[in-house]
Amino acid sequence: MPHDVEKHSHSLLPSDPELKVKALETALVKRGLIDPAALDEIIDTYQNKIGPKNGATIIAKALLDKNFKKALIDDPMQILEKHGFLGRQGEHIKVVENTPEIHNIVVCTLCSCYPWPLLGIPPTWYKSDEYRSRVVREPRKCLSEFGVTLPKNTKVRVWDSTAEIRYLVLPILPDRYKDFDEEQLSEIISRDAMIGTALIGDPS
Amino acid sequence: MGGRFGDGAIQPASINDKTFKEKWHSRALAVTLATGSLRQWNLDMSRHARECLPPKDYCAFSYYDRWISALANLLVNKGVISADEFLDPIRKTHPLSSRKLLAADVAGVLSKGAPTSRSLEGSPKFLVGHRVKTRRAVNKFISGGHTRLPKYVEKCEGKIEICHGAHVFPDTHAHNLGEQPEHLYTVSFLATELWESPENPSDTLCVDIWESYLEPMNVP
Repeated sequence: MPHDVEKHSHSLLPSDPELKVKALETALVKRGLIDPAALDEIIDTYQNKIGPKNGATIIAKALLDKNFKKALIDDPMQILEKHGFLGRQGEHIKVVENTPEIHNIVVCTLCSCYPWPLLGIPPTWYKSDEYRSRVVREPRKCLSEFGVTLPKNTKVRVWDSTAEIRYLVLPILPDRYKDFDEEQLSEIISRDAMIGTALIGDPS
Repeated sequence: MGGRFGDGAIQPASINDKTFKEKWHSRALAVTLATGSLRQWNLDMSRHARECLPPKDYCAFSYYDRWISALANLLVNKGVISADEFLDPIRKTHPLSSRKLLAADVAGVLSKGAPTSRSLEGSPKFLVGHRVKTRRAVNKFISGGHTRLPKYVEKCEGKIEICHGAHVFPDTHAHNLGEQPEHLYTVSFLATELWESPENPSDTLCVDIWESYLEPMNVP
């Protein structure tokens, strides 16, 4: 039945999305197909438990410890498992390292693929048409909208996560933070720096 | 939409932005994840359902509205629930209710995930460094669409950067025609291969591409 998804029952639902989701939730709860307590638990997980702090913990360690960095790049899954950072939308992680020669940026032009266990739920801009359509064609212009200017000789490499591999950027540690310890570093490594739209120490 | 013209400036997040801007966004995400436990569709089928929204709705709907509208269509088209029930809910236990995701199982389900790597007999057709060319960005296996080859890299030449081993093939999986795993590669493309006037000719795009989306090039 290749064409069955083309029936559009959604148009029978209220057009206000808030009422639309309410109608769906109510009908599914009444048939015993979803549990409101499970919904609360899912929301609590992504609102309070899983977020960019996870990614920053790993990246801070990698910036301070060369062996850890090598292991993280060579075999990330083993390290992430040890830290308890496996899970949905992070089944296959790859860490890509920024260098003075190459700056990496991550996008999903086809939908909104993102390393959930390390960064949480993607921000609105990451899911926006503006970012998804433009960053592959004019990455530097997009970076300037985030307040980032790269050195002239740095090449940009954009990773379009079209499959189930999820990419995490390992940013450059600026010299001024050389003396920071792991905890201090993890505080200044922003979510956007691990997507590639910010540098470490940027206000974002 | 990769490479499309006409979109405006990006609005970066502010420090005060919440994970979910509106409460209904969080309900939409949670209802979508929880209904996955009913095992009536897979991730590729739900992506395909979002792509199959009428284009005028897809463009007009916000992000999570696309999710719940596609979910409503999946629920009805898979025969889980009728459209009438959304408007006039019936209190009657559903045969699938034994699969309902319970609060106590949420942490386990979310931390387990669903890896898409598969073992496959036969070695990959391409190795790191091989030159390849993409074919057209259409589903060649079944009428009805869904492929994960972006339009902006179709019929373009690139180089194999990474071999990821075999992964579930979305073009068939989205139509419930089996996993049919294939070798998956990261292919790099020079910006000059993709765009008329790139910002910097040395910039590259890396795209994850399944083996059957690729043709070998004659010259190594």
